Amino acid sequence: MKRISFIVLSIFFIQTNFLAQDMPAMKRINGGDFVPLYGSNEARVSVETFLLDIYPVTNEQYLSFLKTNPKWQKSKVISLFADKNYLSKWENDLSPNKEALPNSPITNISWYAAKAYCDCIGKRLPTMDEWEYVAMASETKRNAQRDSLFNQRIIESYETPQTYKKEVGSTYKNYWGIYDMHGLVWEWTSDFNSVLISGESRKDVDTDKSLFCAGGSVNATDLMDYAAFMRYAFRGSIKANYCIQSLGFRCAKSLKK
Amino acid sequence: MTRLNLNTTDIIKGVLSFLFFTALFLSCESNATPENSSQKIDASEIAVQGEMTAELTAPPKVPKPIGSRAATKLIVDMEILEKEEEMTDGVTYVYWTFGGSVPGSFIRTRIGDEVEFTLKNHPDNKLPHNIDLHAVTGPGGGATSSFVAPGHQTTFSFKALNPGLYVYHCATAPVGMHIANGMYGLILVEPAGGLPEVDREYYVMQGDFYTKGENGEQGLQAFDMKKAVDEDADYVVFNGKVGSLTGDNAITAEVGETVRLFVGNGGPNLVSSFHVIGEIFDKVNVEGGDMINKDVQTTLVPAGGSAIVEFKVDVPGTFILVDHSIFRAFNKGALGMLTVSGPENASVYSGKQQEGIYQPEGGTIQEMPDEGLVNKSPTKALTLTEKMKLGKTVYDKTCLACHQPTGRGITAAFPPLAKSDYLNEDVDRAIGVVVNGKSGEITVNGEKYNNIMPKQVLSDREVASVMTYIYNSWENNKTEVSESDVARVRNSH
Ligand code: HEC
Ligand SMILES: [Cu+2]
Repeated sequence: MKRISFIVLSIFFIQTNFLAQDMPAMKRINGGDFVPLYGSNEARVSVETFLLDIYPVTNEQYLSFLKTNPKWQKSKVISLFADKNYLSKWENDLSPNKEALPNSPITNISWYAAKAYCDCIGKRLPTMDEWEYVAMASETKRNAQRDSLFNQRIIESYETPQTYKKEVGSTYKNYWGIYDMHGLVWEWTSDFNSVLISGESRKDVDTDKSLFCAGGSVNATDLMDYAAFMRYAFRGSIKANYCIQSLGFRCAKSLKK
Repeated sequence: MTRLNLNTTDIIKGVLSFLFFTALFLSCESNATPENSSQKIDASEIAVQGEMTAELTAPPKVPKPIGSRAATKLIVDMEILEKEEEMTDGVTYVYWTFGGSVPGSFIRTRIGDEVEFTLKNHPDNKLPHNIDLHAVTGPGGGATSSFVAPGHQTTFSFKALNPGLYVYHCATAPVGMHIANGMYGLILVEPAGGLPEVDREYYVMQGDFYTKGENGEQGLQAFDMKKAVDEDADYVVFNGKVGSLTGDNAITAEVGETVRLFVGNGGPNLVSSFHVIGEIFDKVNVEGGDMINKDVQTTLVPAGGSAIVEFKVDVPGTFILVDHSIFRAFNKGALGMLTVSGPENASVYSGKQQEGIYQPEGGTIQEMPDEGLVNKSPTKALTLTEKMKLGKTVYDKTCLACHQPTGRGITAAFPPLAKSDYLNEDVDRAIGVVVNGKSGEITVNGEKYNNIMPKQVLSDREVASVMTYIYNSWENNKTEVSESDVARVRNSH
C-alpha cells in the first residue's frame, strides 16, 4: 500500500515538475564485476556504482518532455534522428498512443530521442554492461545467470507478444529494487551496438563458439546464453534512428566522484 | 553417359554442400568454403525480360506453374508475423511466420529469374529476423543482407541459378528457436519450360514443435528450449498444426489424376519418412533435386530439405499422408489426408476400400478368411474380470494406435471411444463397427468423422472382451458384451 502511494506520488511529482524529477525514482546499484556475454566467455567486466531508474520511462513522462522540448515532437523531429516509425501510433504531436496506457512504457522512440530525454534531466542512458549487470538479478539473487527457471522465464517473456501495452511496474521487482528489466520492453543502452552480432548465426559462430558447439542437454548456462543471444541479436539489428514498438528506455546517472 | 556423369557430379555436389552445411552446425570450424563446381547450363548468363510480382501462397496451395515464361525480374514481398494460433484443439502457440502461415508462403521461380526480395518485419513483432534461402548462392543464403529489426524492411536480390525445391528459413540466433517456432518454407526453382504438367499440386511441410506442456495440455503453450535441445518433440505436424490436412482440410483429387506434392521438412530436429498410405510414388525428385527415383514407397525428407513426389490416383478413397516414423503420425499429429473421388476401378483395386487404412503394427492380422475364426474359441464364458483383462490386451494391440491410449481419439481422424455417445447409444451397432468395419460419415460427440475403420479380424471372444473393456472404461455406460451378442451381430450382417 505504501509503495503504491509512493508510485502515485512520484508520478504526480514528475508530471508537475518534469525537470525536477530526480532521485526518488532511482535506485543505487552497487558496483561489481560479472561475465556479460555467454557462459563460456572468460572476460569479466566491472561496473561502478551508479543510479538507475526504477521504471522504464512512460508515455506520460515522455509527453511532458515533448511539451517542454517541441523539437522532439512527431511533426518536428529531424528525420536523421528518428525514422518514420517515431511515435507512430500517436495521433498527433501531443496525443499518445491510445492502445497503451499513460503509465505504459514509451516506445517507438529512437536512440537519439532517448538520449535527449535523459540529457534533458541531467541523466544519461545506461551502458550495455550496466544494463546487463542489473538485468541478471532475479527477485532474490544479485546474479541469477545460472538459475534455469529465471532464464526460461526471460525467454518466454521475449516471445510474448504486445507486452509494451502493460504498465510499468507490472512485471517483477529485482534484487536492486528495479522493475521490468525483462517482460515489458527492450531497452536502449548508450552503446547498444558495441558487440557486433549480425544475428546471422553461422557468421556469429566466430563470435561465440560455445553456443554452437555445446553438446549434450541444455543447462542453465545454455538457457542464459539463449536469452542473451536473443537480446544481443536484437541490439545487432537496430540503428540509432530506429523506432520500434517493443523498444523503450530508462535513464541512469553516475554518482559524483 | 553424359547424363549419368552430370547426375553424379550433382550428387557429389549435393553431398558436399550438405556436409558443409552440417559442418557449420556441428563443428567449431567456420572457415570452410563451399564447393563451387561449374553449372550445367550457365544460368547466370540467362537474360531477364520485364518484371512481375510473385504470387505467394499459404499451404497447401502452390502458385501457378511458370509454364513457358521467360526468365524475369521477380518481385517477392514477404512479411514476417509473430502470432498466436491454434496448434490443436484447445492448445495455442505463438508462431513466428513468413507471410502469416507455417510453413511460410510458397515461392515459385524459374531458373535465371532475378529475384528482388523484400523482407518486412511487422511493427508488432518483438524480434529481429532474417531469411536464408537454400536456393541462393552467396554467403548465408541472403541471411546477412536480410537481417531486419521489427518495424523495418530490407531488400536484396539474387539470381536463381539451380533448379530444384529448396527450403528457406530464418537464421537469426538462436537459430534453432526461430525454426522451431515455424520460420521455414519452400522456394521452387523450375527449369526452363517448367516442370511437366500435372493435374494437382500441393504444398506439405513437416515440422516438430516443443511445448512447455505435454502433447494435448490445454492453453497457450510456450516454446520449451530444453525439450528442443533434447529433440523430445511434443508435436510433429504437417503444415504447422494438428489437423491442417485432415477432415475438411484434406487435399483432394479425382480418380485418374496425377498429384504432385512439394514436400518439405523444416525440422528443426527430425528427419521425415514421408509416406502416403495406399500409394506408391511413381516419381520422386530425391531431396528436391535433379535425380529421379521411381516406384518409391517412402522417401526421406531431411530437416532443412525437401522432395517432390508424384503419383497417379487410380481408385477413390482416403489416402493418409504420414511420417512413417509412425508414433509421430498417430500420437503427435504427423497425419494428413488426400481424398480421391470418382468411380471405382476394379481392375486396379477390387474389394472393400482398403486404401488409406493403416494397419497398426502388432495389430491383429487382417483379411484372413473369416470362417474358422468365429467358432474357434473355447466355449466356457469369461467372467467380467477376465474380459477386462483380455479386452485391455486386445485394445492395446489392435485399437490403441488409432483410438489412442485413453480412448480420446485424434481430432478429425479417429473418433473418441471415451464417453462416446455413438458407442453408448447402440451396442449392436458398435459391435458391428468392429466386426464389419465402418466407413462413411458418422457423428461422435458432435464431431463429424468421415474415415475408414478397417474390419477387425478378431474372434467373438476377443470382440466381446474388447467391447466390454471399452464400455467399462473412460466414463462409458458399463455394458457387458457377451460372445453370443457378437455372434448374433456377425451373423445378421
Ligand atoms: C486404423 C485405425 C483404426 C483402428 C485400428 C480401429 N479403429 Fe475404430 N474407428 C476408426 C475410424 C476411422 C472410425 C470412424 C469411421 C467412420 O468415420 O465412419 C472408427 C470408429 C469406431 C467406433 C464407432 C465410433 C465411436 O467413436 O464410438 C468404435 C466403437 C470403434 N471404432 C471401435 C474400435 C475398436 C474396439 C477397435 C479395436 C478392436 C478399433 N476401433 C480399431 C479407426 C480405427
Ligand atoms: Cu526468425
